Amino acid sequence: MNNKLYGNLIFELSKEGRRGYSLPQHQCEKYKIPQTLCREKDAELPECDELTVVRHYTNHSANNFGVNNGFYPLGSCTMKYNPCIDEEMAAQPAFRDLHPLQPATTVAGAKEVCHDLEQLLCKLTGMDAFTLKPYAGAHGELTGLMVMRGYHESRHDDKRTKVLIPDSAHGTNPASAAVCGLEVLEVKSLVDGTIDVEDLKAIIKEQREEIAGMMMTNPNTLGLFEKSIPEIAKLVHDCGGLMYYDGANLNPMLGACRPGDMGFDVMHVNVHKTFSTPHGGGGPGAGPVGVKAGLEAFFPAVSPYEGNFAVLLRTYAYILSLGKEHIKEVGPLATLNANYIKERLKDLYLLPIEGLCKHEFVFDGLADKSTGVTTMDVAKRLLDYGYHAPTIYFPLLFHESLMIEPTENESKETIDSFIEVMRKIAQEAKEQPEELKAAPHRTPIGRVDDVQAAKHPVVTYQQMLHDNN
Amino acid sequence: MAKFIEGLYYSESHEYVRVEGEYGYVGITDFAQQQLGNVVYVDLPEVDDEIEADGEFGAVESVKAASDLISPVSGTVVEVNEALEDTPELVNQDAFANWIMKLELSDMAELDNLMDAKAYEEFCNK
Repeated sequence: MNNKLYGNLIFELSKEGRRGYSLPQHQCEKYKIPQTLCREKDAELPECDELTVVRHYTNHSANNFGVNNGFYPLGSCTMKYNPCIDEEMAAQPAFRDLHPLQPATTVAGAKEVCHDLEQLLCKLTGMDAFTLKPYAGAHGELTGLMVMRGYHESRHDDKRTKVLIPDSAHGTNPASAAVCGLEVLEVKSLVDGTIDVEDLKAIIKEQREEIAGMMMTNPNTLGLFEKSIPEIAKLVHDCGGLMYYDGANLNPMLGACRPGDMGFDVMHVNVHKTFSTPHGGGGPGAGPVGVKAGLEAFFPAVSPYEGNFAVLLRTYAYILSLGKEHIKEVGPLATLNANYIKERLKDLYLLPIEGLCKHEFVFDGLADKSTGVTTMDVAKRLLDYGYHAPTIYFPLLFHESLMIEPTENESKETIDSFIEVMRKIAQEAKEQPEELKAAPHRTPIGRVDDVQAAKHPVVTYQQMLHDNN
Repeated sequence: MAKFIEGLYYSESHEYVRVEGEYGYVGITDFAQQQLGNVVYVDLPEVDDEIEADGEFGAVESVKAASDLISPVSGTVVEVNEALEDTPELVNQDAFANWIMKLELSDMAELDNLMDAKAYEEFCNK
């Protein structure tokens, strides 16, 4: 493990006038940039030679942690390994060098990829049509809700401006609804973590004329399969609404069941989760949206282009390389791995909802709370042992949530090692709680002051200089 | 251990109302601040806002989570605790002293729907 922090900022390495290249004289004498578009003073960019830049980023990258470094059981995020073949396909010059404004007649191959991918997504989800245009999962949600709105507006049913969302939903659901101009009606959960159908009935009874539809994630954010889907879908359809499937947890469904067969009318796919495209630091992404027959007329024009093609190409490569037989194993293996970890740790960690989970599950902290060791401490200690921490303090249904999602990628050996470390940490919590509360000890940076970071974030070099003076 | 103060009215979403004449001081309970952890931001309502019972009137953000504030009672905002803008940690130091908004209550009967300290303590320990 790397104990030594390479902590320089590129700005700190800058020496005035130092260059890593020399550009030829420009040939565009006649072109004058309008004064209004010019900077008043030069941008304060770092000035470094190439070797310094290469060393800088190489050293920083050594302090990074990704799926390529180790186990990354970040619940709710489906941190799959991104197979090399997907990257290889996306790097093919015939695809890589395409320009979005090239004449359509010169990109027949790329168009075929898009068309085939749409067909494959239809088969895997049970939908009838897909658009690949949305640029991310959240953009897909917005696009899907716009389909919902477009459908109601086409029938002049303008009162339908409310959308039902379970209290366990990801925060993006109410956010997307708000951006789409829809009002949120929150549906309660039962103690077993699934939707309270009686609460849903009561809400629908009161506002049946105003309901545009319902957004659901299945399995839900607790990793539990919603058993009452047919009944819920019927309730929503009978009042005139549409069913929206949030594809966040599609992974365990692969090969087992399809949203399109459960009564869902519109859905989005998070390709960075289910179909193993990179979880880029905020992009580029893709969030294809699927609909049942007849609704494709309401796909909004969210982009003039065919989405993030290079990401979609990786999706296509992933599906084809697994093939019809092996893609069916994804969901069952992800589910098996999660249940195995849950069963082997539930004597030491508090399992608030018993029973079979799907691809992920939630502990409510350590079973023995007398030591004062929190979920945060457990998560920090995991870093010392070379694991990425699980998702913590989400979902909000529990106070000490620790959410584990192993994905289907991991071997039994990796999972067993993780289980042993989790058991060891539970033991340490009893024997040396103070050490856990100060963890991590073996990482380049120890326990960070997250209160100060939230209250006074320093995000630019200029601000850092200002603060230090 | 969380504190539970007699004489206040409590809601299931962990807000309290302290009634003084026709006014009510609304904040989050000590139990709520303990569960949230270090509060780093309080989104305050504005004076003259009309607040409905069970309606949102702002939000608190801690290092763990952001939570909506749900008003236990209806009324008009006559004052907000501006000190929380710069020092949100006051909520952690004393949640009952550092109320979030002062309402001119519009329906005293709503108080009957809320819990007393004993009932709320039992609710929290469930």
